Amino acid sequence: MRTREERNFQIFAHIVMIILSFFAVVPFVLLVISSFTDNDTLIANGYSFTPAKWSTYAYEYIFKTGNSVVHAYGISILLTIVGTVLALSITTMLAYALSKPDLPFRSVLLFLVFFTLLFNGGLVPTYIVYTNMLNIKNSFWALLVPGLLMNGFNVMLMKSYFCSSIPTEILDAAYIDGASEYKTFGSVVLPLSKPIVATIGLFAGIAYWNDWMNGYIYLTKRTDLYSVQNLLNRMMQNIQYLSQNSARVQDAGVGLASIPSVSVRMAMATVGVLPILVSYPFIQGNFVKGITLGGVKG
Amino acid sequence: MASGKTKTKKKNFKRYIPLYVMAFPGLLYLFINNYLPLPGLVLAFKKFNAKKGIYGSPFVGFKNFKYLFATKDAFVITRNTILYNLVFIIVNTILAIFVAILLAEMTSRIKKAYQSFILLPYMISMVIVSYLVFGFLSTENGFINNSILKPMGLDPISWYMEKKYWPFILVFVSAWKGVGYNCVIYLASILGIDRSIYESAAIDGASKWQQIFKITIPLLKPTIVMLTLLAVGRIFYSDFGLFYQVPQNQGALFSVTNTIDTYVYRGLLELGDMSMSSAAGLYQSLVGFILVLGSNLVVKKIDPEYALF
Repeated sequence: MRTREERNFQIFAHIVMIILSFFAVVPFVLLVISSFTDNDTLIANGYSFTPAKWSTYAYEYIFKTGNSVVHAYGISILLTIVGTVLALSITTMLAYALSKPDLPFRSVLLFLVFFTLLFNGGLVPTYIVYTNMLNIKNSFWALLVPGLLMNGFNVMLMKSYFCSSIPTEILDAAYIDGASEYKTFGSVVLPLSKPIVATIGLFAGIAYWNDWMNGYIYLTKRTDLYSVQNLLNRMMQNIQYLSQNSARVQDAGVGLASIPSVSVRMAMATVGVLPILVSYPFIQGNFVKGITLGGVKG
Repeated sequence: MASGKTKTKKKNFKRYIPLYVMAFPGLLYLFINNYLPLPGLVLAFKKFNAKKGIYGSPFVGFKNFKYLFATKDAFVITRNTILYNLVFIIVNTILAIFVAILLAEMTSRIKKAYQSFILLPYMISMVIVSYLVFGFLSTENGFINNSILKPMGLDPISWYMEKKYWPFILVFVSAWKGVGYNCVIYLASILGIDRSIYESAAIDGASKWQQIFKITIPLLKPTIVMLTLLAVGRIFYSDFGLFYQVPQNQGALFSVTNTIDTYVYRGLLELGDMSMSSAAGLYQSLVGFILVLGSNLVVKKIDPEYALF
């Protein structure tokens, strides 16, 4: 009796999970298949899981003529690396300082970090600061700095890791050996904090790779600084603009022939999401750990 | 005696200089990114004049707010922001708990793979999501119009023009993208439950479903209440990408896709209506702040462990 009930439950669970996994993955499958579909077939039959005619033309087009794609890829990679390194540096250093219970003015500083989680000026004042006061509009800084470089939540997360997982005895031993604060941080604290550094670095890296807002808001003229996300976004808008402004279907057809065609669009989106899909099996364990860490504290 | 004390104090303070040096870049960033914009909030009480700048622009008192709340927009964006968030909270919480319970009870090792699949959508940008949705909903080339409606002999639907579908589409996309994340949190919470409770229940003859409804869910209740309250605290903020990218910024859909965040954005960068935009922004910041404080206060009353502060 018991085992039969147990077995039924397991079967039920498998069925539900297979259905949900299917729903989670199927849009990606449609995307990839569409990108490998012949363009005329797409125009005739639409995006489909079983295309009548396959083709790699879209990818040939991207890598032959699509310099902008390769360029945007370079920007995205550069942005992700520089952003992650800078974000990790300033976050770990601030969190380390705040983890010292005897640091003078510690509670004031903690409050200043914490308050940013509760209240913020919002888009309008932030936009004015970055465009009028700091003049970073239309520069690489615009992709790097606004909003993404550090957030109070990660500082708090890291601070509590330092407080709970780095034994003070080890730090004291380093001080007695004559190590400076910098040396202690670099060669004792950081090596002991690999898990949290990896997790927060991962979150920062994904945030940079996925960000489209900074480029969308601040890069009004310098389209040469577009990241992959910005390029994809721009392309979708052009197509929308086109289909909105052409009452007749054949007009849309003519327009679509001159800008990246239906399959190229999907090929570019595939190329854009590829780094996430490829690295996902390796990073997801760490990612899950990070979510649990953050989730427990809200 | 006294001088000795100040001397050690001084020496002590010197000891902390490296720590302040290390803290400086992070604090500088917070100052620029989070504190420098705050004075700009006064713009909500001014008539913005680009030539005169924020501080030179004349004060107009509450005029911007009067105009804002005289329009239908104020009601629509507030309603959309709150209602969508409420539905998201309910749907995503129920689904995430359901999935987390199934995963926790599964014995097969494939469950790791299931979890990975369900979490995958959380990792991608809203721009990519808008492409995925477009693949299904595009009027000319979309999968639904071409491969589902056409074979059934039904007319194609102009998805991006018809607002009646969008509340469902947005709830679906939000769940598709967010359930994996919430599921991870609930799963961790379930795995923290003492297994011996289940063993003794099983000996007493409790069925699997009885165990789930009588043990797992009651023991999850604190986590559910806390996470929900914290989400309610953020109910005045919407996911800008979801409401802007996924409906492709289509004017025909604004009455069901416009939230406070998209309204502020459009006011600032598409319409150049600085006064309305900053008024709506301050409205969001203030009400949002009060809600965060209020929800935290409630959380603290129930269980201080979960409170943010």
